[in-house]
Amino acid sequence: MIAIKDLSVKYRSNDNEILALDRFSIHISKGDIYTFIGPSGCGKSTLLHVLSGILKDYGGVVTIEDREIDPRTQRIGLILQNYGLLPWKNVYQNAMLGRKIKNGNQDTDEYSKFILKQLGIDGLMDRYPRELSGGQQQRVAIARAFILKPDLLLMDEPFSALDAITREELQELFLNIWKQYSVTTVFITHSIDEALYLGRKIVVLSPSPGRILEILDNPCFNLDNLRFRDEYYAMSMKLRKIVSKG
Amino acid sequence: MIKVLPKEKWQGALYSLAIVIVFWQLAAMIVKLPIVPSPWAVFINIIAIFASKIQIHVLYSLGRIMEGIAIAILIGVPLGFLMGYFYRMDRILSPLVYFTYPVPKIALLPVVMLLFGLGEASKLIMIVLIVIFQIIISSRDAVKAIPDETFRSLKSLGASKIQIFNEIILPASLGEVLTSTRLALGTAVSILFFTETFGTEYGMGYFIMDSWMRVNYLDMYAGIIILSLMGFCIFMLIDIIENLLCSWR
Ligand SMILES: Nc1ncnc2c1ncn2[C@@H]1O[C@H](COP(=O)(O)OP(=O)(O)O)[C@@H](O)[C@H]1O
Ligand SMILES: [Mg+2]
Repeated sequence: MIAIKDLSVKYRSNDNEILALDRFSIHISKGDIYTFIGPSGCGKSTLLHVLSGILKDYGGVVTIEDREIDPRTQRIGLILQNYGLLPWKNVYQNAMLGRKIKNGNQDTDEYSKFILKQLGIDGLMDRYPRELSGGQQQRVAIARAFILKPDLLLMDEPFSALDAITREELQELFLNIWKQYSVTTVFITHSIDEALYLGRKIVVLSPSPGRILEILDNPCFNLDNLRFRDEYYAMSMKLRKIVSKG
Repeated sequence: MIKVLPKEKWQGALYSLAIVIVFWQLAAMIVKLPIVPSPWAVFINIIAIFASKIQIHVLYSLGRIMEGIAIAILIGVPLGFLMGYFYRMDRILSPLVYFTYPVPKIALLPVVMLLFGLGEASKLIMIVLIVIFQIIISSRDAVKAIPDETFRSLKSLGASKIQIFNEIILPASLGEVLTSTRLALGTAVSILFFTETFGTEYGMGYFIMDSWMRVNYLDMYAGIIILSLMGFCIFMLIDIIENLLCSWR
C-alpha cells in the first residue's frame, strides 16, 4: 500500500514560489491500478517524481509498505511520456537496464523473453531507439518496467505522444500484461477515455495547485467492448462534470 | 550495420589527393626550381629514405602527440565531467577556462620553455595545452546537454553515482570528446612541428628543418608529406574509434 499524507510540493524559480501540490492525501491499495486525471500543470508529474524518489524536497509523509521512499531498496518502474530510453543502448540493453541496475546482470531469463515477445519487440533487439517508431520505443519502455518486476509501477502520460491507433493498441497490450501481474500502478493521464479504460480507481485532480476532487470506483474497468457500452458513456459524462467543475 | 569507414570518405580523400598532386606537378613544371621538385621525385625519395632516415622521426613525433592527447584526455575529460555534473565546480572553473582558452598557446611557448627547459617536457606540455581546453569544454557541454529526463529513469531505479556515470555520462559524451580531440589535432600537429625544431634531434620537425638547412629539398618535401600523412592517419584513427564506439548515433 502507498500512503500519501499531506503531501505538499513547492518549486522555487527565481523569486516566486509555485505551489504544485497542496496537502495531498490518498491511500493506494496494493495490486491495484489507479488512473489520475487532471488538467495540464496541476502537478501530476510532480506527484510521480515524489513517488519515484526523484524529487526529495517535499512536505508531508509518503510511504510504500510503511517505508519511506527509497529507490535503492524499492523496485520502482517508471514509464515516461517520451519513453526515457537511452539512445546509446539498443533495444535489448534498454529493456534489460532496470534489471542490470538492480540485479547487476542483464541476462535474459524465461520471464523477460516472455515479456519481450508479448510486446512484440523480440525481433528488434539490435536496433537503437532512433531506428524505432514512437510506439515501438514505448513498447521497449513498458518491457523494461515489467522485466524489472517492480513493487510499484508509475506511468506519466505514457501514450499521449502516440497516434490514436497505436495508443489504443498499446493500452490494450499494457492492460493484458498488467492483468497477469497486477502490480500496484499509478497511471497519469489527461484523457478521460484512457482513465476509464485503464483505471480500477479514478482519481480526479483540481487545477493547480493539485488537490484531490474525487476518488471514484470505476465500473467500466475490465468490461469487454467498453467503448460501445452505456456504462462507458455514463461514467464519461460523470467524469467530465467533475473535471469541468474543477 | 557498423560502417567503420564509409566508401565515400575514402573516395573523397583520393580525389582531393589527386587534385593536390596535379597542381603540384603543374607548379613544378612552371617554376622549374629545386625548391619546387616534382611530386614523383619526392615520392621516389620517400620510398628510398623512409626506412633508413625518416622512420625514427615519425616514431618520435607520433609518440609525443599520442602521449600529449592521452594526458589531455586523462585530465580534461574528468575535469569537464565534474564541471558539467556539479554546478558549483562549473561556476568556479568556467571563468578560468574561458579566460585561458583564447590565449594563443604558441605565445606561452617561451614561458613553458623557461620553466620546463628545452626537452621533452615542454613539447608535451605544449600539446596538452593546445588540446585540453577543447576537451574540457566539450566534455562539460556534453554532460550539460544531457536532458534531465535521461537521468530520471536511472534515478528511479536507485542507480549509484558510478552507475549513472557508466550508463549515461560516459556514453553520452564520448562522441563529443572524440570530435573535439580530432578538431584540436590540426593545431597540435603544427605546434609539435614548431617545438621539434629545437632541443631535440628526433621528430619530424627536426627532420624537416634539418633537411632545409642542408638544402636537401627532396628530403624536406618528403618530411612535409610524411608529417601531413601522420596527421591524416591520427585523424582517421579517431574517426574510426568514434564510429566503432558511437554507432548508435
Ligand atoms: N522544475 C520546476 N520548476 C518550477 N516550476 C515547476 C517545475 N516543474 C513543474 N513546475 C510547475 O509546477 C506545476 C505542476 O507541474 P507538473 O507536475 O509538471 O504538472 P502536470 O504534469 O500535471 O502537467 C506547474 O505549474 C509547473 O509550471
Ligand atoms: Mg506532466
